[in-house]
Order: sequence, then C-alpha cells, then structure tokens
Amino acid sequence: MLKTFAESNFPGRLIAVEGLDGSGKSTQIYLLKRWLELQKLKVYFSEWNSSELVKSATSKGKKRELLSPTTFSLIHATDFADRYERHLVPLLRAGYIVLCDRYIFTAFARDIVRGCPPEWVRGVYSFAALPDVTFFFKADLEISLQRILDGRPQLKYFEAGMDLRLSTDPYESFRIFQGQILEQYLAMSSEFKFLVMDANQMVEAQQAVVRKLVAQRVNLQEFKRNESYERAEPVITNTLWKQEGPHE
Amino acid sequence: METGRAPRIKRNLSSRIMVPRPTPRQFYGHGLPRVNLEKLAGRLIVVEGADGSGRSTQIAQLVQWLEGGGHATVQVGLKRSSLVSEELEQAKQGNILSRTTFSLFYATDFADQLENTIVPALKAGFVVLSDRYIYTLMARDMLRGMNEIWLKNLYAIALVPDAVFYLNVSPEELVQRNFAKSCALDYWESGMDLGLSRDMFDSFVKYQTAMGKIFKRLQTVYGFTIVDGNRSPAAINDDLRKKMVEVLAGSLSS
Repeated sequence: MLKTFAESNFPGRLIAVEGLDGSGKSTQIYLLKRWLELQKLKVYFSEWNSSELVKSATSKGKKRELLSPTTFSLIHATDFADRYERHLVPLLRAGYIVLCDRYIFTAFARDIVRGCPPEWVRGVYSFAALPDVTFFFKADLEISLQRILDGRPQLKYFEAGMDLRLSTDPYESFRIFQGQILEQYLAMSSEFKFLVMDANQMVEAQQAVVRKLVAQRVNLQEFKRNESYERAEPVITNTLWKQEGPHE
Repeated sequence: METGRAPRIKRNLSSRIMVPRPTPRQFYGHGLPRVNLEKLAGRLIVVEGADGSGRSTQIAQLVQWLEGGGHATVQVGLKRSSLVSEELEQAKQGNILSRTTFSLFYATDFADQLENTIVPALKAGFVVLSDRYIYTLMARDMLRGMNEIWLKNLYAIALVPDAVFYLNVSPEELVQRNFAKSCALDYWESGMDLGLSRDMFDSFVKYQTAMGKIFKRLQTVYGFTIVDGNRSPAAINDDLRKKMVEVLAGSLSS
C-alpha cells in the first residue's frame, strides 16, 4: 500500500489538486499558494507536464500524433518522474510545502480511459508517494465543458481524446472524453481520500474551505521560511487570467 | 533445355525455404491494449550481450542467412524510436536524468518500437531481430537500485520472444574487444555514473561483472539461450543458425 509523504517521514507536505479542465482547480491552488507565501512559508508549486527535459519529446509526439495509449502514458510518467526526483523529493526532504496542479491521479484517470490496464498504470507510478492532502474539484460536467468550450479554443488532438475515436468532431469527442475521465476520478475518490470540493460555488467560498482544510491538516507554523536567506521580496506576476484551453 | 532445367532449380531452392511453424505467442503480462496475439505470425529473436560481445556482427550475419533462406527480416534495437531517441541521446550526454526518469524514458523508446515496428512486422510475418531487449534495460536499472517488481510491471507490455540468445563474454575479453574496436571504453557501458571506481578500466570490469551476474539471474527467470561468446564470430554464427532452425520449426527449448 502506498504511503503519503507524512507517513514516509518526510518533513515536507504535498498538497495536490485534481479535477477536470475547467473545474477551477488552477485558480484555487494559485490562491492557496499566495496565502501560504504571504504567511512566509516555504512553498513550491509544480505543474503537470512541465519538465523541460522531456518537453521536446512530448510535444513532438503530440504534434505528429505519434502516441499510442502506452507511449502517451509512459512519456507523461517520464515527465512526472523527472519532476518528482529532481524537484519534488528534494524539496519535500528540505521541509517544503509542495503544491501540485495535478498529480498521479490525472494519469490514472486519463490512461485508464485510454485503455491502459489499471494495475499497470498504478504500478508504473508506484515509485511516487501519495499526497498528504488531495483536493478534487467536482464541477458539473456541463459547467466545466462550458468554461473550456465557450472560447471555442482550438482543441488539440490528444486533449480532445481524438485518439480514442469517440467522435469525428473534436468538441463532441472532448465532451465524451471528459465525461469518462470524471467517472474515473469519482471511482477512485474514496480510495485515495479525495477532499471533494463543490466547484460550482464562488471562487472565494471555495478558497475559504480550501484554506480551512489545509490549516486543519498541515501544521503551517512548522514551515516558516528563514528570512535571513532572503534577498528581497520576490516580484509576483499574476499570470492566472488568460484565455486558456485545456491543459494536457 | 533451359525450360527443362529451370523447374528443377526452382524446386531445389524452394525446398530449402523453411516455412515457420505457427507457435503460440504471449506477452509477459497484460501486454498492449488492442493487440491480437494470434495475428502475430512472425518470429521475434533477441540477441543480448554487453558492448563488444559481437551482437551486431552476429545479427548482420543472421540477416544474410535468413534472407538467403527466404525470410523477410527487420531489425530493432534500443534508442532507435522516432519518438524519443534524440532526446534520450541528449539526456545521456549531459547525465542529468535521475534513475526513474531514465528508466521510463527508455521504456517509452521501447514501447514506441514495440508498437510501431515489432508488432506490425510480426503481423506481416517477418523475422524481427532485436539488438537487445527489455533484459538489458532491466539489468541496467536493477544495478542502479530500481525495484525488480516495479520493472517487471513496467515491461509487462513486452512480447515474449521466440528466442533470446545471450552472448556470454568474459569482462576481460570485452575490454580487449572494445579497445580493438575504438581504443576507448564507453562511459555508460563502464557504469561510470555509479561511482564504482574513478578508474574507467576498473569501473568497466566491475560493472560488466555485475551485469553478468544479473543476467545469470535473469536467465533463470526468462530462460535465455546462453551462447559462448568467447569463440570466433563464425563459430558463434554456426551455433546461432542451428538454433534458428529450431526456432523456425517451433522446437527450440531453452
């Protein structure tokens, strides 16, 4: 059975957010990050699919539509492993609060919808410890879809799930694909102790709940930054508001 | 006269072509989604062994012999996928990937070739010659401390080959062959990333000895056919051809 970072005696804590594209999870984790930073805590933020090293292979595979369910799964696992071993683990060893916009559950949901055997996918990611807190942002499927599709973004091949041949129309394919991912999330919700958030609520109302739950579960005072290490107040650029399509 | 002779020659030639007997095929685990094993009629032959064990020479000679015998062949090997081979090469140069990342990167390369070359070629009835396979990948990772159960699950996607020929060459002989070939030892084949020794020669011998031990253990699990690689290339190839005949007849026992 997999353990959390706390159970594995790491001084740091990992908080993950999961949910469909358009569920508002990125906004919530950004606001959580700001709250923790302003309390002068040691915080690090990591996004899914962002390892520089693996990026070129991933984008090539996606552009040329070269990926099968198996290689799609493995290339994302490679990306995750790179971030996990080079950033997440060292920071958690150093007592940081690590915030992850998507974690292994994203892979579990997507890869299983794509037809990879669940035991295999879970086995591949079994080198990773579980988050200490996982928020699942549960919005009505239609609301999430609206948020993404309202802007009529150019849906990319894999993010629309076109490789699954669900529909020849990318928008219809995306709808079906997201619906199946939601089912997968809900199926593992209790097993992985997701804290299920009502993502149909106002941003502020959700954030109040997120902060309360984090404060209950993590002893924040243990994560104070040592200010003598700091040079100047970092400049914070809010890149939150941009017209965005789904992330994949 | 010519028309009278031609059929006889044709008959002689065709009688030497051996049509492979169908044999059951399986994956090591649950395998790849959406692959029908019954349609994979060809043969998958793996040649394993360290750098300098003569793998590529042996494969080249087997290809000649097989094609002469009327068999269509295709060759695969590590780090040859169109998907990640360049990135993998870059990462190797810098030695910047950690072990799980490396392991998964190689697995991605393997899976890409498995799906896009090996499976289609077997479907078309080709003899696929693989210059190394999952065993080298597993052995390398195991020496770097990766969990064996994790690796087995990772490579549960792999097809069980019809034969695995392991060219067994002593580390001392390997050193001599590597120097004869390029007057240098390869950083990775010497296991320099493991810090076994600052001395490359020492490290090479230690690393290859350890790899040999792991292969010996993997042999008991996966049933390789061990081939004495300390002999001349021609003697080894004779041996391999005899075994290939058995493979084609579906009667090779490991």
